Amino acid sequence: MPPITLAALKPYIMMVLIVGIGPLGVGYLVLLERKLMADMQARLGPMRVGPQGLLQPIADAVKLLLKEDVIPGMVDKWVFWLAPCVTVTTALAAFAVVPFSSDFVITDVNIGVLAILALSSVGVLGIILGGWAANSHYPLLGSLRATAQMVSYEVVMGFAVVAVLLMAGSLSMVEIVKAQAESHRWFLFGAFPFGLIAFFMYYVAAMAETNRSPFDLPEAESELVAGFMTEYSGFRWALYFLAEYCNIIVVCSLAVTLFLGGWLRPFPSVTWLGWLDYAAPVGSFLLAGGLSLYLVKRQPRAFDQIVLAAVGLALLAVAGLFAWPAFNALFRGVFWFMAKIMVLVYSFMWVRFTFPRYRYDQLMRLGWRVMIPLGIVNVIAIGIVLVLKG
Amino acid sequence: MLDQFFFYIFASVILLGGLLTITRRSAVHSAIFLIATLLGIAGLFLHLQAEFLAGVQVILYVGGIMVLFLFVIMLVNLDQAARQRQFNRQWWLALLAAAAVCGEALYGLYRGRGAFTFPGAVPGNMPPNTQAVGNALYQNYMLPFEVASIMLLVAMVGAVVMAKKRL
Repeated sequence: MPPITLAALKPYIMMVLIVGIGPLGVGYLVLLERKLMADMQARLGPMRVGPQGLLQPIADAVKLLLKEDVIPGMVDKWVFWLAPCVTVTTALAAFAVVPFSSDFVITDVNIGVLAILALSSVGVLGIILGGWAANSHYPLLGSLRATAQMVSYEVVMGFAVVAVLLMAGSLSMVEIVKAQAESHRWFLFGAFPFGLIAFFMYYVAAMAETNRSPFDLPEAESELVAGFMTEYSGFRWALYFLAEYCNIIVVCSLAVTLFLGGWLRPFPSVTWLGWLDYAAPVGSFLLAGGLSLYLVKRQPRAFDQIVLAAVGLALLAVAGLFAWPAFNALFRGVFWFMAKIMVLVYSFMWVRFTFPRYRYDQLMRLGWRVMIPLGIVNVIAIGIVLVLKG
Repeated sequence: MLDQFFFYIFASVILLGGLLTITRRSAVHSAIFLIATLLGIAGLFLHLQAEFLAGVQVILYVGGIMVLFLFVIMLVNLDQAARQRQFNRQWWLALLAAAAVCGEALYGLYRGRGAFTFPGAVPGNMPPNTQAVGNALYQNYMLPFEVASIMLLVAMVGAVVMAKKRL
């Protein structure tokens, strides 16, 4: 029996943190998405609950948990119950191999990338079964669409990932980031310009895998009500929603690990840019804290003023912590990783509010006639470049 | 000790899943239990430190083949089939045959009991075996591998020709 130390307990603590705080984070992602959508449509978005709508996710969560749990009459109860559990379990389990920084990784298995792909392909089952179990037309159509779409775009994603594996020479997530540190460049720019093509393919495939617009045919509101989730309500529906946003974070973190240098700062080998490690986290948290404090005066209610002031002070405190060298050394990797993920998530939302939805045959044609041939050619090209470089 | 514990867990998942796969009335339920069986097999691979095989097992069988199975089950209306009798009612004959096969297997196992041990993992950590699998497939067994992929290609083309009315 090895002695119980903080280092030995770290993976377990991280698991508890991810499962415990994850749903809250997802709630705030939803708030961010609603705020962004409102901003792009010249509205204000949720403003009522808390200052600037900051407590909206908590109100939403309470609402979903207290809602009546409706199970329609003719459903296959057992499968209806199982399906959301499968989806949410696989989505959360994928975080086990995500390296938040070199110190913060639950487990570094040597098939890390494969494990994430495997878990996401098991997650598809939850969507198919959920749509089938509801015993209704719209969910069934939605889940059939989801299946065809995910199976097709999984291939595209596979080719994009293989392109990186050729450059990294390992399937372990930590080793892939280390390979980028050693080659002094992100794999986005590796084997230029083929790394860029691989990233583009991964980006499109990731959007299709997570059923995001413009590939959100499985839950196209105007055609299928809510697709495979139509008959779900209350907590089960919340589980599907949680899984969907967790999957977005997982595919983004895979993208960051494979293409964008994981926890490394931009230009990791340029030493005179080392000040970025301090300037970026301190600056961004100072800015956010300052903005919160500035907005305090505009809040109409005393409660909102207190909450916003507390948030602002907390953000300033985090900025102060990042200025402390010991803390900075430990957490700057996490900061860079999360910052890159947030940029990608933001771009996902941006795309959602910018492009109209694809038609189904267009989606399939894009997948099979454009992306997959492009992927094959790209992998061969990268192989040739790597051999020529030696 | 822990090794055996996990072996028994995975083995019972596989056996139970297999049993339920052939006895469930609904085709979708059968498919779900078949998935449990396949995941159990992936677990056994992991238990033997064949992590690449485990990952590929999940991606190919669970994520690919079983998804397509479910796809087909949903497209084909199986309500009629589910209501029909699933088994012949020849219990005694079946029992006799099963007992004979079981006895034969047990006798064989008893006779060869000294020859096999538990499929325990190699002590210590094995080197990552993804590369080993790749080398074996693309160097030592290049020809069989290519023949197999050409056979798969022929089967796929055949299926497309049969499915398409107009080419």
